[in-house]
Amino acid sequence: MVAEDLIWGYIYPNEIEIQWSILIVLYPYITGLVAGAFIASSLYHVFGKQEIKPVARFALLTALAFLLVATLPLVTHLGNPLRGIEIMFTPHLTSAMSGFGYIYSFYLIIVVLEIWLSFREDIVKNALKFKGWKKLMYSSLALFSYDISEKALHSDEKFARKLAIIGIPSAAFLHGYVGFIFGGIKANPWWSTPLMPIIFLMSAIVSGIALLILLYITASWLRKKVLNYKTLFSLAHYLWIFLILDVTLELLEIISMKYESLEEIEIIDRLLSEKIATTFYGVQLTMGIFIPFVLLILVMVMKNREKLKTLMIAVSSIFVVIGVFAMRWNVVIGGQEISKSLSGTNTYVPVFFSQEGVLPALIIMILPFIILTVLTYILPPWKDMET
Amino acid sequence: MDISRREFTKFGCRIIIGAAAGATIVESIATMGAAQVESPNKDYDWNEHLWGYVVDTRKCIGCGRCANACKLENEVPFDEPVYRTWIERYRVTREGNEETVKIDSPNGGIDGFIEDIPAKEIKKAFYVPKICNHCDNPPCVQVCPVGATYMTEDGVVLVDYEYCIGCRYCIQGCPYGARYFNIEKGTADKCTWCYHRITKGLLPACVQACPVGARKFGDLKDPESEINKILDKERINVLKADLGTKPKVYYVGLDREVR
Ligand code: SF4
Ligand code: SF4
Repeated sequence: MVAEDLIWGYIYPNEIEIQWSILIVLYPYITGLVAGAFIASSLYHVFGKQEIKPVARFALLTALAFLLVATLPLVTHLGNPLRGIEIMFTPHLTSAMSGFGYIYSFYLIIVVLEIWLSFREDIVKNALKFKGWKKLMYSSLALFSYDISEKALHSDEKFARKLAIIGIPSAAFLHGYVGFIFGGIKANPWWSTPLMPIIFLMSAIVSGIALLILLYITASWLRKKVLNYKTLFSLAHYLWIFLILDVTLELLEIISMKYESLEEIEIIDRLLSEKIATTFYGVQLTMGIFIPFVLLILVMVMKNREKLKTLMIAVSSIFVVIGVFAMRWNVVIGGQEISKSLSGTNTYVPVFFSQEGVLPALIIMILPFIILTVLTYILPPWKDMET
Repeated sequence: MDISRREFTKFGCRIIIGAAAGATIVESIATMGAAQVESPNKDYDWNEHLWGYVVDTRKCIGCGRCANACKLENEVPFDEPVYRTWIERYRVTREGNEETVKIDSPNGGIDGFIEDIPAKEIKKAFYVPKICNHCDNPPCVQVCPVGATYMTEDGVVLVDYEYCIGCRYCIQGCPYGARYFNIEKGTADKCTWCYHRITKGLLPACVQACPVGARKFGDLKDPESEINKILDKERINVLKADLGTKPKVYYVGLDREVR
C-alpha cells in the first residue's frame, strides 16, 4: 500500500496521507505574484516613480490575470467543492482561513476599479472609434459614460491614486494573511512563527517584480520593440532591495529556530538536512536569492553593455520566480513531511493525473498567461512602454 | 443570536453580504462554530454532562481490540490508513550509554504487535493508546473556516458532515494527529467518543472492548463517576500540555517520551 521507505521514524498513523498537495503550494505562490505585481504598479501609482510608469498598467493587468485564478487551486482541492461558497455565507471567524472569501473579493474589486480608471481614457476612445460588437464591448466597459475631458481624467487619476493607497495595505493583507494561515498553526513547529506573514509578503513582492520583469522582456521581444532600460534597471533595483529584506527574514527564522533549540529542533534539522535540503538550500536560498543578488549587484555596477545586463536581469528573475516557488513548496510540503509526533518524517510523492495532481497544477499555472494575453488584447498597455 | 447555522445560511443568501458579514461575526464568535444548538435526542440533556476519558498506560497490553472495535462501530474505512483511535508501542533500548526509543503503531495496532527486537535488548517497553483528546480549547474548532467542526455542550468535539467543505485545515491544526480525511464523505472525520452510544447511556466502543480496563470513560460533572475517582487519586498528565489545548483525555503513567 504505502512504501515503507518513504517514512522515517514514527509518524502518527493518520499522517500517512499528506493532506495538502501541490495545489496548496500554488495558492500562496499565485496570491504572492498578484500582491507583488500590484505593489510594483503602486510604485508609480502611489509613490509617483516615473521610471515605473511604462509597466504600471501592464502590472495591474498581470495582477488581475493571476488574481482570477487564485481561487482555483483551493476550490479544486476541497473534498466538497460545491460547499466552498459557505465560506462566504457562514465564515467562522476564529479561523484564519475564513476571511479569504472577503479579502479576496475586496481585493478583486480594488484591482478591477484601478484597471478601469487607468484605462478609461483608452476605453472611451475605442468606444467612439470602433463599430459593431467592438463598439458595444468598449461602450459597456466604459459603462456608457464618455466624459474624458481634462477635468474628468484628472479626477479619475486622483481617485485611482487613492484606490492604490488602499490597494497596498490590502495587497499586503491578502498575502500576509496567507502567511498567517500557516504561521498560526501551533501544531506544526515548521509553520508556527509570527514571522510567517511578513516572510510571505517579502517573497511575494520579490516574485511579483521578477515576474513583471520577465513579462516585460517577453512582451517587448514578441512585439519587436526596444526595452526601456531605465524602467528595466529600476525594476531590477527594487528587486534587489526586496531580496535583501526577504533573505534577512528567512534566515532570521532559521537562525532563531536553531539558536533556541527547542524540542522540535531535531526533527527540523532532519527536515532541512534530509527532506528538503535541495529545495531549501539549493533552490530557495542559493538559486532563488544569492545568485540573483550577486547578479543584480553586477548589473548595478556595470556601465553600458545593456544587452548583457538585460540577460543578467532576466536570468535573475527566472531564478527568483523558481526560488519563490521552492519557498512555498518548502513551507507547505516541508511542513507536512515532519510528523507532529516530532519523531519521524514522511515523503510527499506528487501524482500527475489526479484531482490534486501535477496536471491540474500545470493547467492552473498556464491559465493566467492566457488570461493576460486576452486582457492585453482588449486593453493594450503597450503605448506606455513606447514613449 | 439564537439561529442555527443552517437557517442562517438560507438567511444569508437573501440579505446583502454586508449585513450577513456583520451578523455572522457575532454568531460565529459567540458560538465558536456550534453547528447544532440542541441536544441530539429527547431523553438526553447535554447540559447535564461533561464527558472525560482516562487512559491508564500501565494497564494496556497492546492487543488492539479497541482500535478494531472502533473501526467496526464507526464504519471507519477498514483498509485505509485512517484511525479514530490507535495504540503506540514504545521500546527503549540501550547500547552502552546510548538510549534509543523505537516507536511504532503498525496499522494503528489493530492487528497487535510483532516482537522484532530481542527481549534482552529492551530496557523498557510500554503501550500508549491514543484518541482524540476532545480538547477544551480545540485548535481544530478554532481553524475550521465554516464552523463545521464544533464542540457540544457536553464537551465532545464533532464534525458536521453535511457542512464540512473538506479543506482539511483542521487536520493540519490538530497537534495529535487525531483527524483524518474521509474519502467517502469528502470531509474531515474523527473520534466522536461514540456520541451515538454515550447519549444513550452506553460506553464508547473502545472502552467497552478493552479487556484490561486501560480505557475509562465517564462524566466529569458527576463526582461519583469512576473517572473522577481516578482523577482524584492518581497523578495525571495530558499530551502536549504546553500547547494549551486543554485535553479531556487524561493519562495515568505517561512516560516523558510520549508526545
Ligand atoms: S485532539 Fe485534535 S481533533 Fe481532538 S479536539 Fe483536540 S485538536 Fe481537535
Ligand atoms: S475539513 Fe471540514 S471540518 Fe475541517 S476545517 Fe475544513 S471545513 Fe472545517
